[in-house]
Amino acid sequence: VTPRLVRTLAWASIGFAVVALIAAATDTAGLTSSGTVGAALRLSLPIGLAGLGGLWSERAGVINIGLEGMLILGTWFGAYGGVELGPWWGVLFGVLGGALGGLLHAIATVRFGVDHIISGVAINLLGAGVARYLNIVVFGDRTGATQSPRVSGHLGSVSVPFLAGGDLFGWHTPDLFGWFERRSWVIVSDLAGVLGGLTRGVSLVVVLGVALFPLTWWVLWRTPFGLRVRSVGEDPAAAESLGVDVYRMKTIAVTISGGLSGLGGAILVLLFAGIYREGQTGGRGFIGLAAMIFGNWNPAGLLLGSGLFGYTDALQLRDEHAIHTLLLLVAVLVGVMGARAVVRGRVGPALLWLGAGTASFLWWDVTDQFPRQLVGTTPHIVTLLVLVFASQRLRMPAADGLVYRRGEAR
Amino acid sequence: VRERLRPERLLLALAAPALAVAIAAVVSTLVLLASGHGPLHVYRSMWDFGTQTNSIISMVDRAVPYYLAGLAVAVGFKMNLFNIGVEGQYYLAVVVAAILAPELHLWAPLDVTIICAAAMATGAVWAGIAGVLKATRGVNEVISTIMLNNVVLLGFGAWLVDQYRAQDAGLQVATRPIPAAGRLPDLNRWLEHLGVTVPPGAHLTSFVLVAAAVGVAYYVILFRTRLGFDLRASGLNPWAAASSGVDPKGMAVKVMLLSGAIAGLAGLSFLLGDVGRYTTDFPTGLGFTGIAVALLGRNHPVGVGLAALLWGFMERSAQTLDLQGIPKEIVTIMQGTIVLSVVVAYEIVRRVQLARQQQEVSLQVDDERVAEALA
Repeated sequence: VTPRLVRTLAWASIGFAVVALIAAATDTAGLTSSGTVGAALRLSLPIGLAGLGGLWSERAGVINIGLEGMLILGTWFGAYGGVELGPWWGVLFGVLGGALGGLLHAIATVRFGVDHIISGVAINLLGAGVARYLNIVVFGDRTGATQSPRVSGHLGSVSVPFLAGGDLFGWHTPDLFGWFERRSWVIVSDLAGVLGGLTRGVSLVVVLGVALFPLTWWVLWRTPFGLRVRSVGEDPAAAESLGVDVYRMKTIAVTISGGLSGLGGAILVLLFAGIYREGQTGGRGFIGLAAMIFGNWNPAGLLLGSGLFGYTDALQLRDEHAIHTLLLLVAVLVGVMGARAVVRGRVGPALLWLGAGTASFLWWDVTDQFPRQLVGTTPHIVTLLVLVFASQRLRMPAADGLVYRRGEAR
Repeated sequence: VRERLRPERLLLALAAPALAVAIAAVVSTLVLLASGHGPLHVYRSMWDFGTQTNSIISMVDRAVPYYLAGLAVAVGFKMNLFNIGVEGQYYLAVVVAAILAPELHLWAPLDVTIICAAAMATGAVWAGIAGVLKATRGVNEVISTIMLNNVVLLGFGAWLVDQYRAQDAGLQVATRPIPAAGRLPDLNRWLEHLGVTVPPGAHLTSFVLVAAAVGVAYYVILFRTRLGFDLRASGLNPWAAASSGVDPKGMAVKVMLLSGAIAGLAGLSFLLGDVGRYTTDFPTGLGFTGIAVALLGRNHPVGVGLAALLWGFMERSAQTLDLQGIPKEIVTIMQGTIVLSVVVAYEIVRRVQLARQQQEVSLQVDDERVAEALA
């Protein structure tokens, strides 16, 4: 237990208490209900997996703007496997489809030394084109150009026994979190709502997807293979001199990157729509990239970032009133920042923060609804703000985006 | 030595595009074969359809927005700035122009000028945000422009339109139609004067003239002014440029403003042409096409123009494929393949060039040594 961890936990607890109090004061249970949190978990996973793909790739020094294209490949191949063989085959096919995109990106950038961003843009073009073309060729006469047939069957889901009412050897255990959530006790019920949302009726593929985050951390930071991957992203020439096969490491990492994106795409198909539909990725590959940068190229930070996107998505879908309440939350947060600036004696930022806080509060006070169309923009504005205020603290891998040629002088 | 190299250099310069086309053709052929269509037949029918007068006019018409979007991306590339936000910039500009245009009842040419200026200003402001964030806070422009895209496309644009939506459009969300005076005429009459018989149904937007003017301005600014020199220098070697007095931060803001202003024009040929108002099915994706076109055209005004025409040609001639039961999406695959194979081809040629140069130099050095030893 490090002091930093203690500090983080303390701040998180205070933040949560503030959210709970605001939810109670404004009668917005939706802010912390298990339904919202469960939806947020599901919605953040495709974004998070795309981001995790980006993390693998960029840790190995290859910028991956083609995540969106790999996500699209994952959706189509996921639907194909799901329709033809069953949902879990869909998951596998989605991963393979995405990995194919990743491999192409790896060949172009690592072997041929193509500019990473250019190759990524081409992969996005190709991913969309290939998915559409294959869909017409395979499913065109059944469901038309832009859709696939419905995937039948389910992936299955679990609830934790005793805590969230899961079954144990056929016995339907009590739902402790649910009981607390229904009590409407400030903070306690909110906490139970959040925990319940994370433990009740969780799809097995979500469990798999979430498990990949700690797994990634362990592989990249605790195994010799992970060290090699990261060394290639920090200083490929030095890695080469120590006998690491730079090309091979990069190729593996970028292919894994595509596979993770592909999994995100398959989840998008199998967990939400049940079909492949053109445009269903909705820029989530790009959002995942942003979440990764938000998370400072770390799995934990990425999880937080994609959770933020998933949470606002969930609120937007489930509870528009809650979005309006977010204005009050923003006012409080910004107010705290302003107070901090006052304490530190920084006049300019203090005025800026307090002004923004007041504006946000007035907006909340005067209106009773947040414009419906603008809700979808909130996570993107938040990301932009995070980048504005934290970009100096972000550090990408040192050789990220640089083309490495074996044997070339630095 | 130089004399001997010249034809070889030329050959190498031509080799890259030729190689790219060859790779793209091979891939497309494989895809067509895999899905059971005769490639030669497909290519011939695309060519035959695409070279009719009707199609050529349509090709130029389609190329106009691609050209403008391509130039917007290219000007950023020239300084190694990647404006992936052209998509959001042109879209917001179209919305603003569509809201503004029905309110104008001055003199028609003046109206159009004001609309264009407003669109350019909108695009420049939206791109400028990313430029300022880069200059003041070091925010990577790729990410900030992606976020700015999403803000426009996932809500801000729709919200803005909703504030000014036309009442007569029924369930459809649309702005008020732009009166004829604020629209641009087509160039069909001019074409007739030039001796081209315009088939019925074909239009050539007069915005093609604006696009050409922007192309010339791009060339002049980039290659004939101090600003352009500084811009290109910053792109080639930021440290050298900075030490010779170029302010890299100010340069980033200027380039983003310039790029956004060009992007603002990209959607206007639709808005001021046959569409005449903003509706929810207004064309999207111009910004992303612009990236491909800029890459293909190597950021040169003529090259980008050729690339935009190629894109227009492919999309036009794809229309005949559906009639023959071949999915026209094969064209999207071809386009993606072309982008990738162009960069791969240029890289291969660059390496060959480099290797030859090294060889030449080492030969020369050897010669000199031999001469020295003999003397």
